[in-house]
Amino acid sequence: MSDYMDGNMLGGKLGELFTMDVTSAMLTCVSCGASMAIAQARVYPHAPGMVAYCPNCGAVLLRLVRGPDRAWLDLRGVTCLQLAVPLS
Amino acid sequence: MGIVSPGFSGRRRDANEKLPPGQYLVTDFPVLSAGPTPRVDTGRWEFSITTETGKVHRWDWAAFQALPIEEPTVDIHCVTKWSKLGTHWRGVSLDTLLAGVDTSAGFAVAHSYGGYTTNLPLADLVDGQAWVAFGFGGEPLEAEHGGPARLLVPHLYFWKSAKWLQGITLSDHDEPGFWESLGYHNYGDPWREQRYWGD
Amino acid sequence: MAATREETATARTIVLDVPGWPGHLAGQHVDVRLTAPDGYSTERSYSIASAPPDGGADPPVVELTVQRLPDGEVSPYLTQTLAVGYPLELRGPVGGWFVWNPDGPASTRPVLLVAGGSGVVPLMAIIRERAAAGSHAPFKLIYSVRDSGALLYAGELTQREQAGDGLEVSYVYTRTAPPGSSQPAGRLNAATLASAGWPPEESPAVFVCGPTGFVEAVADLLVRAGHGAGAIKTERFGPSGGKP
Repeated sequence: MSDYMDGNMLGGKLGELFTMDVTSAMLTCVSCGASMAIAQARVYPHAPGMVAYCPNCGAVLLRLVRGPDRAWLDLRGVTCLQLAVPLS
Repeated sequence: MGIVSPGFSGRRRDANEKLPPGQYLVTDFPVLSAGPTPRVDTGRWEFSITTETGKVHRWDWAAFQALPIEEPTVDIHCVTKWSKLGTHWRGVSLDTLLAGVDTSAGFAVAHSYGGYTTNLPLADLVDGQAWVAFGFGGEPLEAEHGGPARLLVPHLYFWKSAKWLQGITLSDHDEPGFWESLGYHNYGDPWREQRYWGD
Repeated sequence: MAATREETATARTIVLDVPGWPGHLAGQHVDVRLTAPDGYSTERSYSIASAPPDGGADPPVVELTVQRLPDGEVSPYLTQTLAVGYPLELRGPVGGWFVWNPDGPASTRPVLLVAGGSGVVPLMAIIRERAAAGSHAPFKLIYSVRDSGALLYAGELTQREQAGDGLEVSYVYTRTAPPGSSQPAGRLNAATLASAGWPPEESPAVFVCGPTGFVEAVADLLVRAGHGAGAIKTERFGPSGGKP
């Protein structure tokens, strides 16, 4: 069932934690090695937090919880995050 | 608080003295899910309780249905602030399931089909506080609400009532589950508004 | 909100004064938050429909086109309650991936836009930006809707196509085709993609937007037709018509 959305929608909530655009950040799945933009991850938005899954193998890539005064970000499902930083 | 949107009231909800702090009453039954909905056929469904010594107690669907069944009516409270009062469920009490289980463990982790986990003290699963529920509102529990069977622990925030329940593991140590390891409160008492770490 | 335009019986464009707007890229979205007097709040994402403001308008203006969902919590407010002068809380612009930039290095590269229902909104921003920037990059839009009553921007798309500057638009009607249609009603398929789109040898940049099921099906057809997965950018709106 196609009840998920994609990582484009993480741009707002994650964008509050990063200074540059996050939807085009590249990540590599720890489980299967697939590489993709955050925008391409499968995101289930209706939960106490946001969870993004690898579209290739289904593993959890990242999780985000927003409290009123804190945010928690779990990136254990990615090997690293590559962000485009504007040249200064 | 954000900018108030003139004329906006959201889905029908009321503030109510019977509700824990910060909660709103809803008339529908919101579906919140951290991932894809597992589809588990009752033909292959199995529920197990694993003790701290590794002993496994298992029930298939038929064995489960043959156990004494209760029909609790309870209030449920989600950490995302919606509450429903007087919801009707059908299921087997954890007291029934644990009756034949020899354990001195203090902690439990509930595991779901699909990988979700949540932790709670064993003391919160017994004495009429918890059920493995397979019926809601007089109907079989729908997959999107956790069917074939989910844990039902109404005195804690509803993320503790793990959907698509597959088993419960008993342990001498506490192991934070899926949301408890990412900012959500380890215990989760709605009446003390224990939503996040440190609350 | 400064003004509003009815687009269909169930959709309207809201025109927002956004003082201090930092500008945006076509394809980006905003997160809209509504708050009730008792503090209850909820958020939804909406694609920006307008091209980036050219710096002439004061204050700058951003447009959102909102489809009213029968079960919705936010869309009924935005399409029926929000009135001129009311404030609206936005976060954004958001998104750097699903964007088209006329000044970008591949800006004369052919572009294929495939829209499912309200997925046409960010693609319309891209089309409007192309015109505002005076770009002649060859563009094809394939726009899938249930029937002609659901078409957003119908008049404007016809006008822009008739301007003859390299935009072609094809319509796919999934439930009821209008009288005189060359095709019977039916879902977008490989044949339509081939006849109304670019062949893979043209290496178009592809943008697909709409409900999740639509986007997955179209992306699959494109890859099978030989388009590189890396050239296809997608934005999913979640199941169509379902609760947000």
